[in-house]
Amino acid sequence: MVKVKSLADLQNLKANLQTKVDLREKGDSAERLVQVRVAMATCGIASGAKKVMEFFIDELEKRNIDAVVTQTGCMGYCYAEPTIEVKLPNQDPVVFGYVDSKKADEIIEKYIKNGELVPGIIPVNYETIDNNNQ
Amino acid sequence: MHLLVCGGTGCRASASDAIVGKLQKELDEKNLQDEVQVVMTGCFGFCEKGPIVKVLPDNTFYVQVKPDDAKVIVEEHVIKGRKVEKLLYKDPADQKEISDSKHMGFYKKQLRIALRNCGVINPENIEEAIARDAYAALAKVLTEMTPQQAIQEMIDSGLRGRGGGGFPTGMKWKIASQNHADQKYVVCNADEGDPGAFMDRSILEGDPHSVIEAMAINGYCIGATKGLVYIRAEYPLAIERLKIAINQVREYGLLGDDILGTGFSFDIQLRYGAGAFVCGEETALIHSMEGERGEPTFKPPFPAESGYLGKPTNVNNVETYANIPVIYLKGANWFNKIGTAKSKGTKVFALAGKINNVGLIEVPMGTTLREVIYEIGGGIKDGKKFKAVQTGGPSGGCLTEKHLDTPIDYDNLIASGSMMGSGGMIVMDEDDCMVSVARFYLDFTVEESCGKCAPCRIGNKRLHEQLDIICKGKGTLADMDKLRNLSHVIKDTSLCGLGQTSPNPVLSTLDNFYDEYLEHVHDKKCRAGVCKDLMQYIIDTEPCVGCTACARVCPVGAISGERKGPHTIDQTICIKCGACMDKCKFNAISIH
Repeated sequence: MVKVKSLADLQNLKANLQTKVDLREKGDSAERLVQVRVAMATCGIASGAKKVMEFFIDELEKRNIDAVVTQTGCMGYCYAEPTIEVKLPNQDPVVFGYVDSKKADEIIEKYIKNGELVPGIIPVNYETIDNNNQ
Repeated sequence: MHLLVCGGTGCRASASDAIVGKLQKELDEKNLQDEVQVVMTGCFGFCEKGPIVKVLPDNTFYVQVKPDDAKVIVEEHVIKGRKVEKLLYKDPADQKEISDSKHMGFYKKQLRIALRNCGVINPENIEEAIARDAYAALAKVLTEMTPQQAIQEMIDSGLRGRGGGGFPTGMKWKIASQNHADQKYVVCNADEGDPGAFMDRSILEGDPHSVIEAMAINGYCIGATKGLVYIRAEYPLAIERLKIAINQVREYGLLGDDILGTGFSFDIQLRYGAGAFVCGEETALIHSMEGERGEPTFKPPFPAESGYLGKPTNVNNVETYANIPVIYLKGANWFNKIGTAKSKGTKVFALAGKINNVGLIEVPMGTTLREVIYEIGGGIKDGKKFKAVQTGGPSGGCLTEKHLDTPIDYDNLIASGSMMGSGGMIVMDEDDCMVSVARFYLDFTVEESCGKCAPCRIGNKRLHEQLDIICKGKGTLADMDKLRNLSHVIKDTSLCGLGQTSPNPVLSTLDNFYDEYLEHVHDKKCRAGVCKDLMQYIIDTEPCVGCTACARVCPVGAISGERKGPHTIDQTICIKCGACMDKCKFNAISIH
């Protein structure tokens, strides 16, 4: 581990990491990765998010889909837990709620493989600090 | 191509099911069912203009769509690629149609500042946090600002404490910075105790770095090198993620000695609370960390003067901290334009109770209760009638229909007889009895009172007894006067915030739902059917066919009657469990 010793270090590190994350998110030709984020706060885990995450890790590998599955915090949709976010290369991320193994299977088969949306989508209903420039 | 139809409760009520059906039918007729998918989604949070249909990939956003519009959407938009203008949203300012939903962020009621990384980054991976600007604010403050400038920036931002009190954060820092000592402390209050509140837990679980970074900034500003997080032991996942995060930050050298070569050193340790509500009060919290009993002490001296181990200490809440890095990155002038005149920025609320979209939301200060409940929350469950929303937990009060259009901020909530509190919002409908609600909160305070001062220890107990008497139908009008008088005495004479605010649920329900109290006392009735002692299950002999189902299910044998003859319930034995009513197929049993 290289320590961050100065402001310049931190800025370089940020730039590098951002490229790394961007690359993964925007998926340039070399990396056509599918990204799955599972909301794993206490509430999500209590409603079965761990099982869903394991399902995605196992099944995406079995079905030969190049994907990263990561955990994240609460997305705020407690009424629809477990929730996941799927980001296909070059597309806006889509959040799905009420995801159990059956729904996960449907998401892999229809959305991840064919880009076909399935019911259970939760539209983004908030603004982020990035697009708020009042 | 996709046609997304909003399936939120509001839109469903206005026929989104029929819209889906019609769209599908039109597509089938035109043989387009394989090219265009119709998908029902969750709530778009724009219920006032529902039902919503969104077309992908061009992001066209149609509002107030009727089932009969399906034909024109398919024929015009899907086939000919022309937008259906009459269904587009018109900007209220200039009546211009807005077609691309990417340009209509203004309809989004929520703005995520404190929750900016929650549900976005992997909380156990510092790299993702840094890629999203974590520690950039710390670097900026350490390298470009003096502590005085940084404190001034905080004062200018207008940020107020999110733990409930609403004290200006910058002022708190300034006071702590002016006290000199060989050692000072920064404390993060993560002792979230209000029933139904989970904002702080979610922030720590989703974005621990924002809190760590802000504590370091806080340390730099007031001249502290040690930070402590007081977190309840009931939050194991938050503790684990916080520990992982702290270790990663240390590895990166962003905590520890000589951070970024600036000579500033800061480190953070955890302290666990055993879950006592009173320990959320800062003096009690400090005593608990010192290994003393978690009891509050009189202020002054304020912690800024004499806090942890007698040293100047600054205590801020988790959500307050989560806001801070953004303020330094985007500037106090960006932050203080959000919100109302005296309450800046946003507030995170944990929306719970009888509401469709239970969840964690973050709205700019000044958003109305109506927007929160009906737009973001998707309205009341099962189409029932809204009765009240409880804010501020056991120290807060109830807001009712007449407060629905009040902009939510610190001062308006206090003026309405409630308070911001930490941000729990419990929505109640017509099936909730307000006397029982007041009793529930008193239950909580009686349990959580530390017992140090008499008004809180004895007064709240008496208050609870009075409420219990009323709920049992044995109250008199004199009891209601006693309730009010005793409440005021407790408020005026208790030592700490817990006792000073614990009668609030009683006073606010007395003010807003006096009729309901009166019914309990005078008519011995509970309109919501919650107070068991005030209701009777009665079998109507007319529809009763004597099937004996109720008698068989009754756990205490209170129901008797001949087979094929009408049955009766012996009220002296009945425990009012309601099993008979659930079982009866002939609707012969009702509550009186």
